[in-house]
Amino acid sequence: MDFSLSKTETLFLQMIREFADKEVKPLAAEVDEEERFPVETVEKMAKLGIMGIPVPVEYGGAGGNNVLYSMAVEELSAACATTGVIVSAHTSLCAAPILEFGNKEQKAKYLPKLASGEWLGAFGLTEPNAGTDASSQQTIAVEDGDNYILNGSKIFITNAEYGHVYIIFAMTDKSKGVKGISAFIVEKDFPGFSVGKKEKKMGIRGSATCELIMENCVVPKANLLGKISEGFSIAMKTLDGGRIGIAAQALGIAQGAINETVKYVKERKQFGKPISAFQNTQFQLADLQTRVVASRLLVRQAAFKKDKGQNYSTEAAMAKLYAAETAMEVTNKAIQMHGGYGYTREYPVERMFRDAKITEIYEGTSEVQRMVISSALLK
Amino acid sequence: MEISAYKGVFVFVEQRKGEIQGVSLELIGKARDLADALNDKVYAILLGSGISYQANMLIAHGADVVICADAPELNDYLTEPYTQAVCHIVNEYKPNILMLGATTIGRDLGPRLSARLETGLTADCTKLEISDDKDLLMTRPAFGGNLMATIVCKEHRPQMSTVRPGVMRSLPADSSRKGEVVMVNIPFKKEKFRVKLLSTVKEKTEMVDISEAKILISCGRGMANAESLKTVTDLAETLDAQVSASRAVVDAGLISHDRQVGQTGKTVRPDLYLAVGISGAIQHLAGMEESGYIVAINKDKFAPIFQVADLGIVGDAKQIVKQLNERLKK
Amino acid sequence: MKIVVCIKQVPDTTEIKINPTTGTLIRDGVPSIINPDDKAGLELALSLKDKFNAHITVITMGPAQAEDVLREAYAMGVDRAILLTDRKFAGADTLATSHALAGALRKLEFDLLITGRQAIDGDTAQVGPQIAEHLDLPQVSYLEHLDFDGKNTFTVKRRVEDGYEMLQVDGPCVVTVLSGAYKPRYMTVSGIVGAYEKEVEFWGFEQIDVVESKLGLKGSPTRVHKAFSRGVKAPGELYEVDTNEAAGIIISKLKEKFII
Repeated sequence: MDFSLSKTETLFLQMIREFADKEVKPLAAEVDEEERFPVETVEKMAKLGIMGIPVPVEYGGAGGNNVLYSMAVEELSAACATTGVIVSAHTSLCAAPILEFGNKEQKAKYLPKLASGEWLGAFGLTEPNAGTDASSQQTIAVEDGDNYILNGSKIFITNAEYGHVYIIFAMTDKSKGVKGISAFIVEKDFPGFSVGKKEKKMGIRGSATCELIMENCVVPKANLLGKISEGFSIAMKTLDGGRIGIAAQALGIAQGAINETVKYVKERKQFGKPISAFQNTQFQLADLQTRVVASRLLVRQAAFKKDKGQNYSTEAAMAKLYAAETAMEVTNKAIQMHGGYGYTREYPVERMFRDAKITEIYEGTSEVQRMVISSALLK
Repeated sequence: MEISAYKGVFVFVEQRKGEIQGVSLELIGKARDLADALNDKVYAILLGSGISYQANMLIAHGADVVICADAPELNDYLTEPYTQAVCHIVNEYKPNILMLGATTIGRDLGPRLSARLETGLTADCTKLEISDDKDLLMTRPAFGGNLMATIVCKEHRPQMSTVRPGVMRSLPADSSRKGEVVMVNIPFKKEKFRVKLLSTVKEKTEMVDISEAKILISCGRGMANAESLKTVTDLAETLDAQVSASRAVVDAGLISHDRQVGQTGKTVRPDLYLAVGISGAIQHLAGMEESGYIVAINKDKFAPIFQVADLGIVGDAKQIVKQLNERLKK
Repeated sequence: MKIVVCIKQVPDTTEIKINPTTGTLIRDGVPSIINPDDKAGLELALSLKDKFNAHITVITMGPAQAEDVLREAYAMGVDRAILLTDRKFAGADTLATSHALAGALRKLEFDLLITGRQAIDGDTAQVGPQIAEHLDLPQVSYLEHLDFDGKNTFTVKRRVEDGYEMLQVDGPCVVTVLSGAYKPRYMTVSGIVGAYEKEVEFWGFEQIDVVESKLGLKGSPTRVHKAFSRGVKAPGELYEVDTNEAAGIIISKLKEKFII
């Protein structure tokens, strides 16, 4: 069991950290303040191959793996959680299912453009009446000659508005319930597809979170992803991978908050000394950093198992559950240690606190993660 | 090399468009000290075209002998013609010591010379002395200025060193000093002149990146008005420094955000950070604490900036800046 | 077109701290980086590769761990990497170092040899021009910009104190580059993934063309007589004096510190 980073991982970390520091961090406050999708950052990341890290070279990807990918999302998120989730949703929720479940033609058509960042990907499962109860899909897909016609709507979809390719889930057979759901690759220009209302959110404000509307949306049969009725299983397996990404995002937010706090407490002087000299500060930071390192080990382990082709869904659930709750605790305490200054937008910790909350909710709430973990334990 | 055969403390005199550079006069001043310690003479190597008239100035500043090569090939500095000329002179005169200014010319010519002469060169010396063994002790900073090293070149001659401008002191001109002027003819190997000078352009470098500046003069709330700022920009020009500011000045619209130092601005580490009228709020300190030498001027004795300043002055920032500029301009 | 770039692995001197009690350097945990001037040189080479399909060889002289900078160069896009390492090179000053590198460079073909202007640990700016002399090649230092006509002629913008010069020179030639001249590109993900799979050639004394007496400590005309740190940062001095005296104190302190 070797816990050290390989030379490649070390070199990768050097690059992504420098990139996050120089290209992403300077825009973070503005992206949040203006609720602006950082288009220029996505372009820069695309050029370096960051939009296709775990996609094999034969499909135009960087030929990396999930460990490197999780490091990327962590480092990017430490600088800007919005940027982290853009990469995560695109990679884990769109490129990954096409890679894992797509046929030869679909992979050849979509992966190169997704991996190069020319096209941005997204995932449409959630509906107004189907959140945690994801199986209650109301979007319908009906066969019509060489196509399927989709009708329905999705909400809270990350990367919408800027997305080109969406993995959309719809009922092909209502009588079969969960087993009647199928997955489709939908391009934004397909007739009948449109992006609706954009949400105003508490955090990750630069991330475009919108409604998707399918009104007699025409999807060619060739774009059925996987087999008919396989949709729900595809969705669940895809979310397992997505959980690694979100866990990495939460981890990055937490580590970013600790880094800022360490800087602050060394400088801030009260009662004649830096507040880092007080045991209360020291002990709190000790506890928080320990939790963050624990989160990191859970994230890395889940990524490692996925790379090895082993079953990793429990580990991914644990990583997301723990990292998200850690991010909440860390960012909350980070503001506290900054005192009044931490409550102002001059310091990044209040934004990190607002960003952290969503990690407990999307891609499976913490409650869902607990269901996954306990069912593995108690079977 | 028969070391004892090498005599004389030589200075390569740098001229640009006929103007003798200050660093060369400083080096002649230092050469005087070294020559006295060695009971030896100071030689100035003067290269150029139509340049010989400057020889007397060099003698007035301390040179005993001016070796002058006046040729059209030497009109503007180029590596090969100058290297050939100096080598010719070195091979004829066999200097014990040869010093050059650590300028773009000196740092181009010095190493090329040392390689052609197969001798040692020590760069950017801040101190030069003669040891008890009559060797030249050359002290210089290393590791980005954090460490100092003293170098010797025992068995090779000439002992070469480059010295930064402003480190040594020139002697006041004494027109009564006597010296010798020797004109030399350089037998150039023109087939080796492979670089052509197309043009020279004078300009001030565009440096909008304050984090690259060696000297920063930074203004705070106490200087947040046009008049005070003008004194700062004047001093900056005199010192060849950049101007930066705390948030208060940027927020007042007096200076652009790319010059802001601090939490929401840039982190800087210049050799000198001169904080004028800056109180030293924590957001600002975070951006400049690691500067090499911090001088702070503020009228409030209890301003937090004094906690990180190496030199603190309680006083009227605008007036002191004005005074500094007046004095340093000379 | 063939290009060779000389790079050096250096400690990140902006990260070096002084122990406040002893005044000595704290070297542990200081990250190693590609020397900034050299990295700009790499970017110059890579931009010429983009335009003219040039072949880039990168070479570094150093201990075994210097291999990491070659891997980083591979991840940025170079074609060949050589680590010059041998006990015989140890203890070298700039002259002996330049002889070792020249010995290796004699075995390579190139139109353009790129070095950084100076390394942030030695700060001498000597090795580039010395190599040029050993190889009997023309040099242009303080390069801020380079144009290539696609055949054999380079037009170089050279930064000087009060402006710049435009110079012209034919290959093969040597240039020394300023860190501000070219912003180095990031390594790409695929570049990084492949970096440690590529071959790094290890060259020692046997592989190069130079006489042994010019190398290492024996080949170094200069020696370190002693090294010492600048000393612990003294607590700040505070003066409450009139304007004239204040200006005087500031000026004399700045002179003392060699800042002016």
